[in-house]
Amino acid sequence: MIRFSLNNKPVEIDVDPNMPLLWALRDILGMTGTKFGCGMAQCGACTVHLDGQPIRSCVMPLAAIADKEVSTIEGLSDDASHPVQQAWLEHNVPQCGYCQSGQIMSAVALLNEHPNPDDETIDNYMQGNICRCGTYPRIKAAIKSAAKSSQTSFNYTLGKNVGGQA
Amino acid sequence: MSRQNEIKSVSRRDFLRYTSIAGGAFVLGAVLPSMSPAWADSSEVVGSNSLNLFVSIDDDGTVNIVCHRSEMGQGVRTGIPQIVADELCADWSKVNVVQGLADEAYGSQNTDGSRSIRRFYSTMREMGATARAMLEQAAGQKWGVAVSDVFAENGMIVHKPTGKTLSFAELASAAGKLTPPQVQDLTFKTPDQFTFIGKPMTSVDLPDVLTGNTTFGQDIKLDGMLYASIERCPVVGGSVKTFDKAAPLNVANVISVIEMPKQSMPVLFKNLNGVAVLASNTWSALQGRKVLNIEWELGDNQNHDSDVYLAELEERIVTKGKPIRQAGDAYQAFDDASHKVAATYTLPYLVHAPMEPPAATAVFKDGHCEVWACTQTPQSTQQNVAGALGIDKSKVKINVTLLGGGFGRKSKPDFSVEAAILAQQTGKPVKVIWSREDDIQHGYYHAISAQHFQAGLDDNGKVTSWLQRTAFPSISWTFTGTTDEPQTGELSLGFGDVPFDIENISCETHKAPAHVRIGWMRSVSNIQHGFAIGSFVDEVAEKAGVSTAKMWLNLLGEDRIVDPKTQGFKYENYGESYDTFPIETKRLKHVLNELMLKSGADQPAGDNEGWGISVHRSFVSYVAVATKVKVENDKVSVLEMHSVIDAGRVVNPDRVKSQQEGAMIFGLSIALMGEVTIKEGAVQQSNYHDYTVLRMHQCPKIVTHIIESTAAPGGVGEPGVPPVAASVVNAIYHASSTRIRALPVSKHYSV
Ligand code: FES
Ligand code: FES
Repeated sequence: MIRFSLNNKPVEIDVDPNMPLLWALRDILGMTGTKFGCGMAQCGACTVHLDGQPIRSCVMPLAAIADKEVSTIEGLSDDASHPVQQAWLEHNVPQCGYCQSGQIMSAVALLNEHPNPDDETIDNYMQGNICRCGTYPRIKAAIKSAAKSSQTSFNYTLGKNVGGQA
Repeated sequence: MSRQNEIKSVSRRDFLRYTSIAGGAFVLGAVLPSMSPAWADSSEVVGSNSLNLFVSIDDDGTVNIVCHRSEMGQGVRTGIPQIVADELCADWSKVNVVQGLADEAYGSQNTDGSRSIRRFYSTMREMGATARAMLEQAAGQKWGVAVSDVFAENGMIVHKPTGKTLSFAELASAAGKLTPPQVQDLTFKTPDQFTFIGKPMTSVDLPDVLTGNTTFGQDIKLDGMLYASIERCPVVGGSVKTFDKAAPLNVANVISVIEMPKQSMPVLFKNLNGVAVLASNTWSALQGRKVLNIEWELGDNQNHDSDVYLAELEERIVTKGKPIRQAGDAYQAFDDASHKVAATYTLPYLVHAPMEPPAATAVFKDGHCEVWACTQTPQSTQQNVAGALGIDKSKVKINVTLLGGGFGRKSKPDFSVEAAILAQQTGKPVKVIWSREDDIQHGYYHAISAQHFQAGLDDNGKVTSWLQRTAFPSISWTFTGTTDEPQTGELSLGFGDVPFDIENISCETHKAPAHVRIGWMRSVSNIQHGFAIGSFVDEVAEKAGVSTAKMWLNLLGEDRIVDPKTQGFKYENYGESYDTFPIETKRLKHVLNELMLKSGADQPAGDNEGWGISVHRSFVSYVAVATKVKVENDKVSVLEMHSVIDAGRVVNPDRVKSQQEGAMIFGLSIALMGEVTIKEGAVQQSNYHDYTVLRMHQCPKIVTHIIESTAAPGGVGEPGVPPVAASVVNAIYHASSTRIRALPVSKHYSV
């Protein structure tokens, strides 16, 4: 039995502790907002936060997250009101949308660490997130907008009681 | 609006049949013209006179508009409703987009060939105008006033003299009882009255994407569903000799191990030979797959080596080929020329690698099959699933999910066929999940190719002879198993339609047998042809001592319509009528001139920097691209890109812009780093670490210019791609004097 907190809600699941968090989220907990793109930490589609740090859930065994805090795209806000989501809306960023959960989770982490990032910081931080549709210019613009709109404090609050059932 | 489309009132049940939801008080159906794909003649051709486009208004005022095409980031689920809603004068906040099921009544639903808007623009406007006319008539009757005294606005009908209003909700039932007017009696908005067409409407799916509340093919989950992962033969045409059935079953949560039915050539959209492991979750299926220990019978293609193969094509391509279009005597004129240029260009195999690997879920029950899939081609899926299961296609229902990118990969329904076979065999819902490795190693590849060009110039730098040859394995091989040379459909993509005004010209092909599944990928053969022509014009310009832009203008000649048929080539023109969509040199020149004006590509660049340009017409749209690079310490950095597109009338400029941005980036991936190599018949790459695609730090500043036009809408999804690679290598040449003729650039420089 592995226990952890998912979007501020306690969960416990009884599966192979070697199973990567990604598959536990998607197949066992029914949280499909976190996407599968490569399975080997190459694309960033599966990015979630573990104790506030961005991680690739496709290579994170469940054993390693026991008793920790996991937050996913579903926990960012119920209504796309988070400043990063709002900036994404403003720049009409997504094309197919598949990579965007991961992009947004990486961008939120980036802005927590660097509230006012320059181009190079954005490039370095975001280069682990592939977008095959090619939304990079808009992602970059949206990150800059979000930085501007939340210059003072960028401590986001997670949506409450958003999560899957085991 | 000249075609005679029939638009009629239909029942709620009709709506249900095509969409899975019941229609409202007022339902209209229309007939779209049928069509066949521009290439791949063996794909399904659907003709039908039944209803296929719908709008329905509920008693609460919701306007349901059916989108019968697949959404994969191009914005079609927004673009189609924008057109209908505009003529209808609907309230955009009341518009609900309903995804159509697979049905041949829709005409082709193949979301490929960049034609969703271009094929349906007029019919969709007629549809909206018909509904509006009926609502106006219903209001006139209710009030007992002349229809000429009422007008529609923002989801209401307004009585002009008094200003009183009735909402669409209040009128839907009454309007549903009226007979629709004839198309010739309809009134249409003038472009200055458009409220949605031509506006950057936000994508209807955007809020869900931002909160992760989307359902892609990979996201489907049904009760009691099994997750399947399939180990497929590394060589196309190979088959399973032996495997260990017991070992995977010892892995926790693995439920069954099934050998896929053995298939033979042609490959079509059949399953590949292999073994499936089914489990109660994806991870367990993947673990089980690792211990299958399959021994393969590799078959004839195990000797295929892409390096050796490309060297053979390069040898063949410099010899005289089979002419497909000719004028004058290009050989004699070349011999007589004062100056001569010749060059051979090559491209490797490429794979689509959409962010969402293919996935399909199927249920088989009581002789019926239902499928949920991220497919670009629901009807072909329906037909191929029916064929694989041996049931009639009326017993197969296809639900189209969102697509996490398509680029042509998801036009092939092989993954749905796999899911259906496994659902039939297990009697349970089965989701087949392709891993990234499966996607890279078992795709339908963009063909490896070689092109050879020769030009002869006179003393004034005028081109008097033009010779071009191309060789690549054909997509048709996928359907026939025997085709061994490029086909007319593929040669119509930027090769046989070369728009130059040259007296002596010869366009030729060479043989190129296929050894892997070949498929269409975003802009298809325009990729290699656009690269070769765009590069060669740059080389010829240098020989003539003029700018590349000047050479393009010289070669294009006077404003005129180019008809390749007059020189013996059966040009297919993307399946469009030549009267509506001819090749116009004026439009090619216009995008080029605009590009030079807007980009500054004719200005001197800094140290180790250079500009490169190219121009290309494809999918009946016109695109020019300028790229600026820096070449330093054996590394190429792309600094900025500008593109100009003339796609006729544009429905949603923001989505056109985003498609252009995406096309620049897709083209950069091809130019800089895209390469699939094959040894002993098997693909050597496996994931994004060795099949690299552009990442954010490699992405330049991108500027898009859209030509304002009232011409019929052309394609948007693909036409941006073909000029990119040539603009990049030309820029590298102007920055470094190194001419790259073999893509990708990463073979020569770090990127
Ligand atoms: S799926 Fe985890 S990084 Fe690609
Ligand atoms: S939006 Fe499609 S992969 Fe990024």
